Amino acid sequence: MSVFGPVVKIHPVVLASICDSYERRNEGASRVIGTLLGTIDKHSIEVTNCFSVPHNESEDEVAVDMEFAKNMYELHKRVSPTEVIIGWYATGFDITEHSVLIHEYYSREASNPIHLTVDTALQSGKMNIRAYVSAQMGVPGKTVGVMFTPLSVKYVYYDTERIGVDLLQRTRVTPSRTKGLTSDLSQVGGAAARVQDMLTTVLAYIEDVLSGKVTADNSVGRFLMDLVNKVPTISPEDFENMLNSNINDLLMVTYLSNLTQVKIALSEKLVLL
Amino acid sequence: MASRKESSSVSSTAMASTGGTLDSPVKQIQIEGLVVLKIIKHYQEEGQGSEVVQGVLLGLVVDDRLEITNCFPFPQHTEDDADFDEVQYQMEMMRSLRHVNIDHLHVGWYQSTYYGSFVSRALLDSQFSYQHAIEESVVLIYDPIKTAQGSLSLKAYRLTPKLMEICKEKDFTPEGLKKANIGFEQMFEEVPIVIKNSHLINVLMWELEDKSTVADKHELLNLSSSNHLEKSLQLLMDRVDDMSQDIVKYNTYSRNLSKQQQQKHQYLQRRQQENAQRQSRGEPPLPEEDISKLFKPPQPPPRMDTLLIAGQINNYCQNVKEFTSQNLGKLFMAEALQGHN
Repeated sequence: MSVFGPVVKIHPVVLASICDSYERRNEGASRVIGTLLGTIDKHSIEVTNCFSVPHNESEDEVAVDMEFAKNMYELHKRVSPTEVIIGWYATGFDITEHSVLIHEYYSREASNPIHLTVDTALQSGKMNIRAYVSAQMGVPGKTVGVMFTPLSVKYVYYDTERIGVDLLQRTRVTPSRTKGLTSDLSQVGGAAARVQDMLTTVLAYIEDVLSGKVTADNSVGRFLMDLVNKVPTISPEDFENMLNSNINDLLMVTYLSNLTQVKIALSEKLVLL
Repeated sequence: MASRKESSSVSSTAMASTGGTLDSPVKQIQIEGLVVLKIIKHYQEEGQGSEVVQGVLLGLVVDDRLEITNCFPFPQHTEDDADFDEVQYQMEMMRSLRHVNIDHLHVGWYQSTYYGSFVSRALLDSQFSYQHAIEESVVLIYDPIKTAQGSLSLKAYRLTPKLMEICKEKDFTPEGLKKANIGFEQMFEEVPIVIKNSHLINVLMWELEDKSTVADKHELLNLSSSNHLEKSLQLLMDRVDDMSQDIVKYNTYSRNLSKQQQQKHQYLQRRQQENAQRQSRGEPPLPEEDISKLFKPPQPPPRMDTLLIAGQINNYCQNVKEFTSQNLGKLFMAEALQGHN
């Protein structure tokens, strides 16, 4: 049985999937459960995919469609053969007794599965995302119980995922929760605006330190030094040269592509004469 | 599902009569954030080095909007999966998704692309069969390299009604295309995309921003451009070579055609002369031979490939221009930054 350090890395895809399946749950179901897929490393677990599993839950019994879970896992395996079942998730705040049963089922599928809870009902005002591992406790031989020990959760992104998430985050501000995809120069403008915001925050901090409101922190000072030194000092002529040659390249390419477009339009007209 | 299709076809006829900027039943695409994340993840994990990754889009049609609410990826085509049944995979996936209340209505498919090269025969055929079966379907093209440069590049395309007509009749000769008056710019139409997130997902976004570290890579402001430009231009050059070969073929064909016309003309003239001579000599005239059998007209080359190549070149040029305009802006910013020193 592998013992891993207490870090669980989650991709945002998984959380979005869980929220979506919670929104689509059946009438009367108070929570949704599903399987987590991912990869296990020596020191951490990375959760990269998930799918929901239909289940019925009542006061005294719980029924999970295991056939379905197995089927779905097979289908998913066709697409990404490196993903394995590493645990399961449930929406809701607490861990109930039914969770123990379900966890037992999943420990048959994977060694030491993790259990993820996502509080979609926002009971505590925030969406608490927690991960647990089960551990045996109690008196051996007599009453044995299961305890869920919490693990720390980190969010990891691929680079492209990060960019996607940044775009999605901009839907928060519009009242209709929609956002079109911008293009061209406006994106560069947007990125520059963000850097500008960050710079103003840093400047405000520096002002505070200078006026004595905040005590100076050495590590921050070192970062600031790095920042200022990042702008390379080049002699103006060299920089002019570099800038001009780059601009020339770009202009030439633009001219060539415009020319090509004109040529193909022309050749088409000639053929269709 | 039957009633939904009925209402969507009714709304589509209403749309077609009113017209508008896009003469199609779908004027806007609304994608959920989840779909975007899934597509990104699929390419990231399974697409390195290989050609394209593909998948199916699920959703529904509301008025003139196509809402895409979920998607699932297609496994890669590998040689050792000879008995792998794609249709079965799709059916099983959709059945399973129906159990968990995910929309199981097939509304399109997505594909990743390499530097913008996606205008190909395969894509055309697939999209045609999709659009023929389901009128509102779209193909989403995801460009991972452009996305890695800082901004999500996701475009939705449909075939124009003109192109649909041509594909239906399979008439790719120059006359056929001239009749339809179709140019490379009228092959695909782009549908604007809007991303929509539910309230719960918005809560999740707030949570993520709270808990995750600030992104340390601002790729969008990266100044280096030569690598990307080189590759794009390389692809563009290849395509232009293809195009020139195609044009040469067409030229030889038209030259052959005109030569043949001349030969026909000469033959007819000689025939008439001979007949006149024979008549003057009192012999019966020679029978008129079937000219078309003697001079078989050369086969006109199909113009579909040319159209595709032209469309692809156009796409490359557009991408290159966008890229250069962005880079020019960045260079001027760098100049301003340097000027202060």
